[in-house]
Amino acid sequence: MKLNEIVAAAKAAVADATSPQQLDQVRVDYLGKKGQLTEQLKSLGKLSAEERPAAGQEINRAKQEVQQFINAKNDELKAAELAEKLAAEAIDVTMPGRLSKVGGLHPVTRTIQRIEAFFGDLGFSVKQGPEVEDSFHNFDALNIPANHPARADHDTFYFNADALLRTQTSGVQIRTMEMEQPPLRIISPGRVYRNDYDQTHTPMFHQVEGLMVDTDVSFTQLKGILQDFLTNFFEESLEVRFRPSYFPFTEPSAEVDVRRADGEWLEVLGCGMVHPNVLRAVNIDPEKYSGFAFGMGVERLTMLRYQVNDLRAFFENDVRFLKQFN
Amino acid sequence: MKFSEQWLREWVNPGIDTNALSEQLSMAGLEVDGVTPVAEEFSGVVIGEVVSCGQHPDADKLQVTQVNTGDDELHNIVCGAPNCRTGIKVAVAKVGAVLPGNFKIKKAKLRGEPSNGMLCSSSELGLTDEHDGILELPADAPVGTDYRKYLQLDDVTMDVDLTPNRADCLGIKGLAREVGVLNRCDVQEPAFAAVAPTLSETRNIELQAPDACPRYLGRVIQGVDVKALSPVWLTERLRRSGVRSIDPVVDVTNYVLLELGHPMHAFDLDSLQGDVQVRYAKPGEQLELLDGQVVTLQDDVLVIADEQKALAMAGIFGGKQSGVTDQSKAIFLESAFFAPDAIAGRARRFGLHTDASHRYERGVDPELQRTAMERATALLLEICGGEAGPIVEAVAESHLPKPAQVTLRAARLKKILGVSIDDNQVEDILKRLGFDVKTNADGWQVVVPTFRFDIAIEEDLIEEVARVYGYNNIEAAAPAASLSMIPRQEQQQSLLRFSEDLVDRGYQEAITYSFVDPKHQALLFNETAALSLPHPISVEMSSMRVSLWPGLLATVAYNQKRQQPSLAFFESGLRFLPDDDAPSGVLQEPMLAGVRAGKVTGEHWSDADRAVDFYDIKGDVESLLNHTGFANEFKFVADQHPALHPGQCAAIYRASKRVGYVGAIHPQFEKKLGLNGRTFVFELELGAIQQRRLPKAAPISRYPSIRRDLAVVVENRVAVGEIFTAIENIGVKNLVGLNLFDVYQGPGVADGYRSLALSLTLQDTEKTLEDAEVDASIATVVKLLQDEFGATLRE
Repeated sequence: MKLNEIVAAAKAAVADATSPQQLDQVRVDYLGKKGQLTEQLKSLGKLSAEERPAAGQEINRAKQEVQQFINAKNDELKAAELAEKLAAEAIDVTMPGRLSKVGGLHPVTRTIQRIEAFFGDLGFSVKQGPEVEDSFHNFDALNIPANHPARADHDTFYFNADALLRTQTSGVQIRTMEMEQPPLRIISPGRVYRNDYDQTHTPMFHQVEGLMVDTDVSFTQLKGILQDFLTNFFEESLEVRFRPSYFPFTEPSAEVDVRRADGEWLEVLGCGMVHPNVLRAVNIDPEKYSGFAFGMGVERLTMLRYQVNDLRAFFENDVRFLKQFN
Repeated sequence: MKFSEQWLREWVNPGIDTNALSEQLSMAGLEVDGVTPVAEEFSGVVIGEVVSCGQHPDADKLQVTQVNTGDDELHNIVCGAPNCRTGIKVAVAKVGAVLPGNFKIKKAKLRGEPSNGMLCSSSELGLTDEHDGILELPADAPVGTDYRKYLQLDDVTMDVDLTPNRADCLGIKGLAREVGVLNRCDVQEPAFAAVAPTLSETRNIELQAPDACPRYLGRVIQGVDVKALSPVWLTERLRRSGVRSIDPVVDVTNYVLLELGHPMHAFDLDSLQGDVQVRYAKPGEQLELLDGQVVTLQDDVLVIADEQKALAMAGIFGGKQSGVTDQSKAIFLESAFFAPDAIAGRARRFGLHTDASHRYERGVDPELQRTAMERATALLLEICGGEAGPIVEAVAESHLPKPAQVTLRAARLKKILGVSIDDNQVEDILKRLGFDVKTNADGWQVVVPTFRFDIAIEEDLIEEVARVYGYNNIEAAAPAASLSMIPRQEQQQSLLRFSEDLVDRGYQEAITYSFVDPKHQALLFNETAALSLPHPISVEMSSMRVSLWPGLLATVAYNQKRQQPSLAFFESGLRFLPDDDAPSGVLQEPMLAGVRAGKVTGEHWSDADRAVDFYDIKGDVESLLNHTGFANEFKFVADQHPALHPGQCAAIYRASKRVGYVGAIHPQFEKKLGLNGRTFVFELELGAIQQRRLPKAAPISRYPSIRRDLAVVVENRVAVGEIFTAIENIGVKNLVGLNLFDVYQGPGVADGYRSLALSLTLQDTEKTLEDAEVDASIATVVKLLQDEFGATLRE
């Protein structure tokens, strides 16, 4: 057989191979020790010395050609085999994953966290205090003596003449000022209690109160920090107004309203310059130091921020409500 | 306080509309809570006179009338009101009239009789809720006049929510003064002429408690007709101020209260025995109040008395026995100044809150008594007739409040407000407020008029200046402070870290009330006393929680009732344990608690749906403890807790202190608490888990570790935790890891026994361990298990 015919036959055999085994057989048949092309090399001896190099070259070229063919086919077969294996391993990737359930923080906590972060960045530290409070820290030290009409407005839960559920977290400010001297920057978040229960009041709710006392703290700064806070809390430039009000422990006092989308003003916090009597009660010289204080209702801010329309939802703890904040 | 805008504008009439006025008051600190029209919309209602009134031929309860409304013809109108009769003046809705609710009046026939219009009641015109017949107008009401014009109904009621310091605005007089200041316009105070006495009769007045009552004016008025009708203009003003008309005497005192902000009281003169005394009650003295309540007074309650007995609680509420009735012929009229301290808190003590007590406990102008007396006398004589005696004034000058003298320093004003306000502007504001102002080197010396009894210190003046200047005209500035870092204790683990771990483990944070149902709490914590609220919102919210479990379990029950089968909640907050040694008699400890019920995960195609068990929630607790870095210090010990399943309850100890519990709610409580099936809970003292280990790095061994497994059979009662503790305690050489990797019960292991598969990992930091060393270590463990726990090695 002529060399080119052998090569053509080998190529045909390679093309017909459908498995690595068949392909290997083709290799043995043509390139093995007794393969047809190997046999051709053995026949070189019959040729003259002049003819031999050229013929040898010819045969080696043919061997290489066939080998390349085999290699290419081999790659092809392996790829096909892998593809088949992978195809067999295919799964439905749209089926639900093995997700472990994830819960969430209560929206009130979430709001408190945000408030703590805003004020924490400004160097306000977080202070906590007791919820069963004595009337000194809840009232007297805050310039609300017994029989003051403001006491009646608080709807206080009393245990006895002296022990009560705190109606505001301001007592924490007093406790802090009793222990520490200015400069002071604190916020005190927590539960507070009022004996009132209807659509817009729950007997327990949360407040964050803030206090800053230093040598030159002023009303303009109070306005500045609260405007800054409200803009950042709501992440929009809200219209804010400061309206004169009255709290026994601050003077001047103000309530702060924000304008809602419907144009109505809504009160969101109360604030003022710390009353000199309050500073004196904790041995801070009001001539040297001045301070501002503010208090905000966490539920109200949360309602505004996330469009919650029923205050009571916060304490029903219906998971279908809570999960909306996850 | 509610007031009629029209009434206010008679005193002061700035050139701004209703909305602007309302806004202005709010921005001056007199918050306007509501502005409501004094009457609903209606039209076509005129004043008419019932010319004839006869029985309807076919209806017992109807009458057929002829009404003159001043036009060409009389109108036939059928009316069902029992008080309809010939000769009275009425409000007539003529054909074509539109009443509130867009109710159109048309020609009609009622039981066959033509009816061309309607005679209106007060409620049909939307004025009041009263339903006692048609309106009867005064005899001089002009027939044909539009009823809205007659009553000047195009008016609004403004409701101002006054802060306790602004009692000076609890009357038209004070409000008008404020509006005048804000608008720089004059107040036209009506002239209240003194009434010349036409009688000489008087009552002596004894001020026995001059500190509490330094000024008391009394006056006798004889021959009053209490059955007279109060004029419409007066009752309308009362109505617009939210006050009901009672009788002319009460109406007049109420009118003066609203107009001047000064409370008055009238006694039935003939029930007074001798002189009038103002004194403190005798301990135990009793008084029947106007509402019939009999109260026992304490000796700090001020009373008005005669020579025999207490007549009234001074400044708070009148007494029944001395009250004016429609039989009264003569009255004794009181106009007094009571010191706020003598009144404050007393009304509340008796569950009372009256217009008088509201004002007296906040303060009234100590110079206003005579004006009020003259005003009330004039009105009473006008309405009820009679003759007035001279005013008797008892006064203890030395006890009367003196006009306050307050210094305002310009520097202080700037320091507190943070802005400079021009001196002239400050002075102008103070003067407009009615203060007497003198300048001095540092600022101003101010004498405060008696009607601004709330002004006592420099800050009060600063507030006044800021308020009138306008809070919104004060700029905003960023606070300035020296930067100093807040200490951050690395060895204190934050609550948030624990919360977030639980959140990531599928827990939803709950916030429940700190007061719980005492029945549920007693069920779970029968051995723990709880603090009770004497005046709770309801019985179910009356017991201060001694654990966070009652609230969390109620939350589970609430959600299970709403088709939520798989639940996990946690909460952090205080528990309240009564303790006489603690401040306020209660130990308030921060706790962290959780509850799980239902399935571990939601149903999933790949896994069997498994119910939560003890080890799920224990794993959650272990995860929390791991955040301390001291997990080894915590031990779980089988224990009993009244709330928990006796066989599925572990106390959690840190060293020797018990810091919490984990377990299954006792099955016998499930139904009582409304729980659907097994419920697992944990609770930890937050203080015990917040301390966190400061890492101290040790070198990592470069030598291989060797693991040996042991299978030992022990009796079921042997606790794995005790085995672990024992192994740790004997200090096995080179032991770096100990794990329970399998538990087996079944064929090959006797009943009452179980096989525990333990893996022990050993490693040395200096060298590769020899087999002999490992064998020796393992042998000590095996011996321990055999000796201490009766364990046998399983083949």
